[in-house]
Amino acid sequence: METKATTPSSLSDVANSAKARKQPGSGKLGVGLEARGVHAWFGDKLVLRDVSLDFWSGTVTALIGPSGCGKSTFIRTLNRMHEFIPSAAMAGEVLLNGQDIYEPGIDVTKIRLKVGMVFQKPNPFPSMTIADNVLAGLKLAQLKTAKKDDLLEECLNRAGLWSEVKDRLNAYGGSLSGGQQQRLCIARSLAVRPEVLLMDEPCSALDPGSTLKIEETIQQLSSTMTIIIVTHNMQQAARVSDYTGFFLSDGGPGELVEVGPTNEIFSRPKDTRTENYVTGRFG
Amino acid sequence: MSTVTVKPGRPWKRTPKQVMSTVLVLLVSAAISFTAVAATEMKGKLAYLAIFFISVVVINFAENYFNRGIAAAKDSVSSSVTAAGLVIAVVPIFSILYTIFDYGRAGLNFNMFLKDMSANGPNDPLGQGGLLHALLGSFIMVGFGLLMSLPIGILTAIYLTEIKGIYSRPIRFLVQAMSGVPSIVAGLFILSAIIFPITKSSSGFMGSLALAILMIPTIARTSEEVLLLIPDDLREAGVALGGTQWRTVSLIVVPAAKSGLVTAIILGIARVAGETAPLILVSGGGDAVNANPFESPMGSLPFYIWKGFIFGTTESIARSWAGIFVLLVIIFFLFIAARMLSGSGSKK
Repeated sequence: METKATTPSSLSDVANSAKARKQPGSGKLGVGLEARGVHAWFGDKLVLRDVSLDFWSGTVTALIGPSGCGKSTFIRTLNRMHEFIPSAAMAGEVLLNGQDIYEPGIDVTKIRLKVGMVFQKPNPFPSMTIADNVLAGLKLAQLKTAKKDDLLEECLNRAGLWSEVKDRLNAYGGSLSGGQQQRLCIARSLAVRPEVLLMDEPCSALDPGSTLKIEETIQQLSSTMTIIIVTHNMQQAARVSDYTGFFLSDGGPGELVEVGPTNEIFSRPKDTRTENYVTGRFG
Repeated sequence: MSTVTVKPGRPWKRTPKQVMSTVLVLLVSAAISFTAVAATEMKGKLAYLAIFFISVVVINFAENYFNRGIAAAKDSVSSSVTAAGLVIAVVPIFSILYTIFDYGRAGLNFNMFLKDMSANGPNDPLGQGGLLHALLGSFIMVGFGLLMSLPIGILTAIYLTEIKGIYSRPIRFLVQAMSGVPSIVAGLFILSAIIFPITKSSSGFMGSLALAILMIPTIARTSEEVLLLIPDDLREAGVALGGTQWRTVSLIVVPAAKSGLVTAIILGIARVAGETAPLILVSGGGDAVNANPFESPMGSLPFYIWKGFIFGTTESIARSWAGIFVLLVIIFFLFIAARMLSGSGSKK
């Protein structure tokens, strides 16, 4: 992070130098996730209007935009967590490998197994040890695995936490620091082997060191799964993502203003509102 | 090499001089209250306390007003009133505890935990007979009551906090209303709904049914409060990992609330352990040890106490006080257990 020191004005440099961009569909993991005309309501209030967005397999997509523009609501429609809120309603389609996840008769728990989620606030299960936390998904979804210890080590390794906790796997999850807890939550999501990982501002409660570690984790994971990350930190979006979508609400429902390869969004955005936002003129 | 040793201190603590001035105010107030009671027509403990309290307030007010201004003076008055409120709340509790210990002591003997009253009348000397039948009956009835009310109470709480169905509001209202139902109504309900039309005889089990009616709202309400404290983050995390709602509740939410739920159970037990009215109506209240809750009358501690007082002789009343003492000790330990269990859970 320090080596390529950046000022806020050179976000496009970060975006350009971050890594070799993946081309749409270059991954071999399948079609991925597609949102088609997604609208979302809370009660009578329309909070998200007509968002269509494709997430290619094996890429990282960052969703940026000011608070209240519907980013979080949008990613919660992608694994049907939106319906957890009693007054919520939605319209549109979300296709996972070509199948609409809102189709009647679909088993919603299976969808959430394939589309994992990491929340804004680290939320390890307080009654479980570190090891039990990682394997909690298997228990919750009643999945069987022959080699629990291998899976445990693999997931903690991929989340970049193994070396820090390998000697205290039987300590409670709550005894870890905030950044470690968040990586524990990532490991927990990985244990059920999702195809897509949704991350809702995963670093907003963390210090820069932990943030860096989680960004490294995202980089490593992106070769094997589709990652969608909501972030308020544009540096972060520029560093970790292949594609960036910009959401905005003009007081009404949030909309997707522009989406494109991250370096283009940060260096030559097509929409003036995007340009104003990424250059820090508002928002 | 010189090492500088820094001692930990508490600079915000009151200095000995400040403590002395407080003690002085209390002493002066005590002196004033003694002189006032001696010099005037007023009599009794209440007069001492009232004058003592008023003089503490006045002296503190004056001292703070002259030294630190009106805001500090008002603050001292509110502190004094708060302290007085504490004393008024705590004195009766200690008075009750002391009275029970003092009166109960006479009737206490080891023998009474081994014998029942089947061969003795309440009038017999205190060494004879005992309350084994009452102790056993109370344990059996409360135990069976708990067995019935525990699942119902906790499942009700889970319905109210997790499922949040359309019936949540009326059910929450009913549970709150039920927790205010006088206990004798629960006894009358069992009497008129089960004993008169069906069994035609009283038994320990009828007592547990009545106690269960009283325990369900206590357990349900306390459990609901506890489950509401569990953050929604955990429920969302469980569901987002592909768990069904039932598995999320049973594997994540309930274990996270475990210590609180244990407290709810103990509060439920403590709520009914001293219930007398419904047991007089439905349990029959025998004098012999009866371990079978489904047949013939069964004694209980509250019934034993009630019966002793009704009989009214010196020995029988002493027996009752000893019974109260035993009951109080049991409830006291239950509350300590509840505090310890809920305390150890919230740390981590």
